[in-house]
Amino acid sequence: MAESRRKPTEAGRSKVRIRVLRYNPDTDKQPAYRDYTVSVEPTDRVLDALNAIKWYQDGSVTYRRSCAHGVCGSDAMRINGVNRLACKVLMRDVGAEVVIEPLMGFRIIKDLVVDMESFFAQYRSVLPYFVNDSRPPERERLQSIEERERFDDTTKCILCAACTTSCPSFWANEEFVGPATIVNAHRFVFDSRDDAAAPRLERLNGREGVWRCRTVFNCTEACPRDIRITQAIGEVKKAIMYGQIA
Amino acid sequence: MIHTHTYDALVVGGGGAGLMSAIYLSRDPSIKTAVISKLYPTRSHTGAAQGGICAALANLEEDHPEWHAFDTVKGSDYLGDQDAIEVMCEEAVDVIIELEHMGLPFSRTPDGKIAQRPFGGHTHHFGQGPVRRSCYAADRTGHMILQTLYQNSIKNGVEFFDEYQVVDVLINQGRCVGVVAYEVSTGDLHVFNAKAVLFSTGGFGRVWSITSNAFANTGDGPAIAFRRGIPLEDMEFYQFHPTGIYKLGILITEGVRGEGGVLRNDLGERFMERYAPTMKDLASRDVVARAINQEIREGRGINGKKYVYLDATHLGKDVIENKLPDIADFCRTYLGVDPVKDPMPIQPTAHYAMGGIPTDMNGRVITDASNTVLEGLYAAGETACVSVHGANRLGTNSLLDLVVFGRRAGLDMARYCLEAEIGPLPENPTADIEATFAALLATTDGEPAARLREELQDVMQDEVGIFREGKGMERARVKIRELQERYAKVVVMDKGTRFNTDLMEAWELGNLLDLAQVTTESAINRTESRGGHMREDYLTRNDAEWLKHTLAYRDARGEIELRYKPVTITKFQPKERVY
Ligand SMILES: Cc1cc2nc3c(=O)[nH]c(=O)nc-3n(C[C@H](O)[C@H](O)[C@H](O)COP(=O)(O)OP(=O)(O)OC[C@H]3O[C@@H](n4cnc5c(N)ncnc54)[C@H](O)[C@@H]3O)c2cc1C
Ligand code: SF4
Ligand code: FES
Repeated sequence: MAESRRKPTEAGRSKVRIRVLRYNPDTDKQPAYRDYTVSVEPTDRVLDALNAIKWYQDGSVTYRRSCAHGVCGSDAMRINGVNRLACKVLMRDVGAEVVIEPLMGFRIIKDLVVDMESFFAQYRSVLPYFVNDSRPPERERLQSIEERERFDDTTKCILCAACTTSCPSFWANEEFVGPATIVNAHRFVFDSRDDAAAPRLERLNGREGVWRCRTVFNCTEACPRDIRITQAIGEVKKAIMYGQIA
Repeated sequence: MIHTHTYDALVVGGGGAGLMSAIYLSRDPSIKTAVISKLYPTRSHTGAAQGGICAALANLEEDHPEWHAFDTVKGSDYLGDQDAIEVMCEEAVDVIIELEHMGLPFSRTPDGKIAQRPFGGHTHHFGQGPVRRSCYAADRTGHMILQTLYQNSIKNGVEFFDEYQVVDVLINQGRCVGVVAYEVSTGDLHVFNAKAVLFSTGGFGRVWSITSNAFANTGDGPAIAFRRGIPLEDMEFYQFHPTGIYKLGILITEGVRGEGGVLRNDLGERFMERYAPTMKDLASRDVVARAINQEIREGRGINGKKYVYLDATHLGKDVIENKLPDIADFCRTYLGVDPVKDPMPIQPTAHYAMGGIPTDMNGRVITDASNTVLEGLYAAGETACVSVHGANRLGTNSLLDLVVFGRRAGLDMARYCLEAEIGPLPENPTADIEATFAALLATTDGEPAARLREELQDVMQDEVGIFREGKGMERARVKIRELQERYAKVVVMDKGTRFNTDLMEAWELGNLLDLAQVTTESAINRTESRGGHMREDYLTRNDAEWLKHTLAYRDARGEIELRYKPVTITKFQPKERVY
């Protein structure tokens, strides 16, 4: 087995067992766990451990990744049973035996890579873009600090799907728009400059909209951007009921 | 399996530059446009940009595009082309307003305008002191730009090929006629025939071991172009950002210093006062990065180690939580350090490519010193070299470059698509790349690509990093050759066709090796110090011999040939650079 020749930078290296749920539909009848042992430093990310496996032990282990610091949303997966970004969890916080599985509720393309098209289709269904057809002023549209603050939290979303795939309502019914879509609708509904709250709220008031949310809070706990998702969903519900968009 | 598609315009890369041009192309529905991106577009590294995007809006104090242009020229150590810089700084104001009209949620001033803050190297009255010019959305400006542009692309119905990796560019009868892409989920090849192709594939920080760049930043665009005979400009100029998280390289935005954060050495000294008496911690990046390394070399790193402190503890909880929330989160997550209470351990990190595919001001790729245009091929964003950043880019000028030149390229491509006919494909357009992949997959007994990549990154970090010197770079040159030979025998363990990222990583390593080679050769030849290229054996800038751009070509034997091109100077004559 090959290993990196780089010198360790820190004392306290240890061996951990990583159990990965593997599945390649071209060759496997069904998903199966496979164990790997890697040597890690306590401050390594789970992503570093996956890389150590892929680069030096088994190149066929497959996952998405890019930024490696929690801002691109590529590597949401189940780590010891909870949805996390592999690049935002340190090895010292997961113990010596780690189980890694793909997000639940999407078709597995290969190993930890899932088909997210249905997720993005839901996202696209709530007009996730700025709408204001009035003639823009010469300079910027004005917006007070308070008005800007109103939707600040939901601008942070990186579309990682950790929330939606941790939601029991989504597991029960994949047609449910899911928390991520509501978050992205919220971002525009509460933007003082935007004019298309009505069609968004109409969509979210439909059968597969906000009313399927049972305030379980799984989404809020899963969100790597610490967005107060359940609160945002509550605000959208209120806006639908009372027409309150302030 | 091979599929063939026909489009008018192709945009390769779904980051800020690519999406901006796609939005412009999509405004004319008669132009059939597609964006091809190896990452889902919102995963692009533009989303990682933190600090801001600058324009002389003068929302908080007097400012002028001309001051901005001067700062950019001076920041570039006089290597930037001044005609292009003027255009960028003039159009900055308008393009920022346009982004706001597209919905971008900038932070605001008390009277509701776009908020602005100081940033390194940006000054009033031609260098008199810092000016508030950087427009921002907390410390996730790039995220907001990327999201806004992606949202507007959806609104305009732009067509996307997500997770398709472009692996070759097709040039036939002196014209670019399309690209070849690898569909990652299936392993199928796709030939795209088009009138105009834009490369906007971002940077290549993964050449170095400590970097702020994403795994995906492997310079595919420039490497592909280079292999097809297109030169690369000014590749010796690579920016190291002063403040990366120690060992990880994750960026801590200059916005921290813009808000008042300061650098301190082991003695607790605010050492930038010695290196840049006027601008201090807000001097330009090359100056600050070198100062940090100098402190470390002289034994004043923290506990004698290779880092110093970035201290923001005096800014107070409010400023940190409201204006720099992501930074606080990174420090807590990766370092267990709370920047409200403790200083942040930082070291310089490989950050930004000033060099790249040479273009004119409309994004058209040029192939020689007389600006001959390669018809049909465009480049924009970090991949391109216009050159507005010269030898050193100022903070906030890259996001600006993306949107200004992304827009210009989109407009020029639209014009070209309306008047040009589609060119014929070359014979066997996929033959070369099929051979490359077959060779990579054929090896069963050899070294893992990762080991070569690590050795490459380490030698580049040590010898072609912040401080350079002839002998060290010679060692890098020899090492790169050795690695290129060993590369012929790397093993791709995954032999399948489905989502084979093992194969793609091995192919990307080939790109990193080629770009490292061009960088090193260009750097060895330039016997002066300028901006990001600092040579200990040639300590000063030498305008008499070196006020010129490098153009590196690959000749028929695979060797690198260096030619040069004059710098365009309009208003600002080269002067000594002090901050
Ligand atoms: C951490 C960080 C912070 C920064 N902060 C600032 C800042 O505050 N202000 C500022 O002005 N600049 C900043 N910069 C610089 C700036 O963000 C980047 O230079 C810029 O975002 C690059 O944009 P781009 O569109 O050229 O490339 P990217 O956003 O990197 O996009 C590249 C695109 O190309 C695609 N791609 C790559 N290869 C292929 C291929 N072979 N086939 C198909 N698609 C491909 C990718 O999928 C991606 O969509 C920062 C950079 C970093 C790393
Ligand atoms: S709301 Fe949070 S968890 Fe959900 S997609 Fe956005 S960033 Fe991910
Ligand atoms: S790799 Fe980007 S979020 Fe983890």
